[in-house]
Amino acid sequence: MGVGNTGDNVSNLIDDTRDRLSSLSGQELFALLLLLGIAILLIDLVRRLTMGELALGRLWRYTWNGLVDSLYIALAAIGLSMTYSILRFANFSHGDLVTTGAFSGWAVAWVIGGWGMYGIGELVLFSPTPAGPTGGELGMDVLASPVAILVGLVAAALLTIGVALAIDRLVYKRMRDTGGIPLLIASVGVALALRYIIGVFWTVESHSATASAPIIEDFPDWMWWVPFDRVNLHELTLVLIAVGLIIGLHLLLQYTKLGKAMRAMADNKDLALITGIPTERVIFATWTIGAGLAGVAGYLIVLDRGQFSINIGWFLLLLIFAAVILGGIGSIYGALVGSLVIGLTINVSLVWIPADMNEIAAFTLMILILIIKPDGLLGGVETA
Amino acid sequence: MSETDPDGDPETETTDGPDSADDSSAMIRPKWREDLLLIAKIVLATYVGFFVVGILSGAGINSTVGTLQSITFWAALFALGALALNLHWGYTGMFNIGVAGFMAIGAYTMSIAIASPDGSPAGFGLPIPVGIILGMIAAGIAGLVLVIPTLRVRADYFAIVTLGFSEIVRLSVQSRSLRRIGDTEYGTGGGQGIRATPVDSVIPWLFDQPVIGDVGNVFLEIGAAIGIASSVLMRGMYTGVLILFVIAFYILLTRIAYSPFGRVLKAIRDDELAAKSLGKRTDRAKIVAFAVGCALMGLVGTLWMGSRTHISPDSFMPLITFYVFVALIVGGSGSNTGSVIGGFAFAAFIFEGPRFVRTIVRENLGTDFPRTAYGAFAELGGGDPTAMIGYVLYQQADEVRYILLGVVLIVIMIKRPDGLLGHRKEISAGVDLTRRGAVADGGRPAVGGDTDAAAADDRQSNTGDDNDSQMETNDPDTTTAENGGKDHE
Repeated sequence: MGVGNTGDNVSNLIDDTRDRLSSLSGQELFALLLLLGIAILLIDLVRRLTMGELALGRLWRYTWNGLVDSLYIALAAIGLSMTYSILRFANFSHGDLVTTGAFSGWAVAWVIGGWGMYGIGELVLFSPTPAGPTGGELGMDVLASPVAILVGLVAAALLTIGVALAIDRLVYKRMRDTGGIPLLIASVGVALALRYIIGVFWTVESHSATASAPIIEDFPDWMWWVPFDRVNLHELTLVLIAVGLIIGLHLLLQYTKLGKAMRAMADNKDLALITGIPTERVIFATWTIGAGLAGVAGYLIVLDRGQFSINIGWFLLLLIFAAVILGGIGSIYGALVGSLVIGLTINVSLVWIPADMNEIAAFTLMILILIIKPDGLLGGVETA
Repeated sequence: MSETDPDGDPETETTDGPDSADDSSAMIRPKWREDLLLIAKIVLATYVGFFVVGILSGAGINSTVGTLQSITFWAALFALGALALNLHWGYTGMFNIGVAGFMAIGAYTMSIAIASPDGSPAGFGLPIPVGIILGMIAAGIAGLVLVIPTLRVRADYFAIVTLGFSEIVRLSVQSRSLRRIGDTEYGTGGGQGIRATPVDSVIPWLFDQPVIGDVGNVFLEIGAAIGIASSVLMRGMYTGVLILFVIAFYILLTRIAYSPFGRVLKAIRDDELAAKSLGKRTDRAKIVAFAVGCALMGLVGTLWMGSRTHISPDSFMPLITFYVFVALIVGGSGSNTGSVIGGFAFAAFIFEGPRFVRTIVRENLGTDFPRTAYGAFAELGGGDPTAMIGYVLYQQADEVRYILLGVVLIVIMIKRPDGLLGHRKEISAGVDLTRRGAVADGGRPAVGGDTDAAAADDRQSNTGDDNDSQMETNDPDTTTAENGGKDHE
């Protein structure tokens, strides 16, 4: 209806608006509130920037950290999303595959880095005695021992794949036909057992595996376009490897027969079975890719942060879930988008809230999205 | 909260007509006596087992009795948690894995209410019972706020929402910015938590009372005579208070379960669409059940923290939720008796078992074990297996407990997804559908002619129908009573 300038028309408009507001479903109401909230935050962000309360450099640093965080969340989220769409359950043990990758990969990197100088037991267990070496003494950075770091990366992927396949054989394979909830509960069991088996060997204390990251501060003149004063090489390694793997996965899914089979199975399992897609082989590939990426994610997080304990994956799990849910469960590209949103949320939210509450923002966002749009931002496309 | 009709009321069973004895009545009634006997048998057998092993292995009477006391304490707590969770998961089919969050809300509300006004952070200095009730109300309201928008969320999404919620609660109370809320002196205390008078100060208070105190002192003297420390006995008495709560929970939840309201809940669990089609207000029932369950979890939180002078966010890790869940699943969700037995079995064998083994190892092999896996392997290589045993069972007793927890969860899910008492899962019908003709004449027993075989036949075809109708619905969280949690994705 048109907006007139007579009082009658205005009251009609008010009635109309009131009708529309009262007929809003709860979901729409929440969506409205969420959009309103985001709009207010954006306006406030602009206000802070123009008023000079927030330096542009700080915002850029938050954004960059958000991008880096989103990359390792994405690596882990892809695997979770794949197992969700192909095996049809929320895998709570996925975070502990990340942990497995971190511990196994760095154990191998240490053994190679300290070969011949220290006992293997000391190296594998990251110096359980004070006499053992530290990450710094072993030169665990990408410039000093690139080979050890690279072999560790490959080992993290391979060993995590091995562990995931063994778990699938022992546990999930026996439960192929059960529903999502029993599988979910079993995966909680797997998560606990796996984490604390690692704990028996490496203890629950935190370890420090790397040397301090090499930093480049002087750029040659032709690199004037780089928007940084200094580059942390470990962070750069993380970014390059993660982006490379994500592009590789994209090519695999779009241009190979295996990728097509996986997408088909994620879309409709029964139809895939009828058309003769070898489901067990697809499941094998799912675990291989998912666990491999999770293992690499764990390894790279440690490379970036230096410190880690057996809870590294468990603490990450809810963020990974948040990313997967945001993008729409089962959609791999959705998981990438979701990771980006979550990564940026936990960092850019620091503009408004203290650092120990940033995960609260991410989890709240996750719950709101689940309420408003349970199919995720990309609208429930369950195909890759 | 639920209106019980006279026929569904468990206490009227003996006042029925002379021709409807217990076992021939078609109405499904709780089996109070048998269940009590079953629980008593299992508890007694476990106690005797632990006692004999403890004495024979030389752990000493004080530490053995101490173990029994702690088993009972944890058993009571996990039974309380499992009973509350059973209302969500066992009866209504709402997959709540945010138990720790609701416990935290209850415990924190109570602590803020009862902490002394001069403390840091300050409290309101209210009496303990008021604090407990406030804690329950707060947890119930939190449940309401969470469940109303998430009613239609899928079961696995609901799980993630509740887990996320419990982490939000934990991170909030841990956050430094809420240590003091605004400029007031009230707050959550951040990572340090709140110091408050514990609920178990009720025991010393009881000792000050004229008659009860004298009886209590007699107990303490007997304990001293046979070598049990008085602290163990005092803790044992608080455990007694908890057991009273278990009994109250059990009666309350069983009455809910067998009321018309409870049957609606079970119908929602079995097939929400069908229940809705029959005109049941499923949304309202789910909201009420969830809020009540959350309030009970809040109460459990206050009682659990009641044994400590200090609460902190670390006590409410998601692991607590999984403890309660394992307790429920071990016993078999959907049965209150199963919840109690599950809580007990979990506390005895998974929670306290590894600690008991640790005590035995300490008494027999000493405490001189390597502190790291490296040392253990080194000594194992040197031909000393006790170092490895000691390392795993003594130094790593907690890790062993978690591994055991995980393995038990996996094995149950593979071998017995219904739990120890899974066959006892109560169906949503008010009458026993396995009895031929029972429904036609309004709950009167059929006269003769219903053999077990016929009853079994009836049941088979009945569940078949259920499954068929189930296939047509796309809702993944609808489950039938018989296939216990399977869905048809």
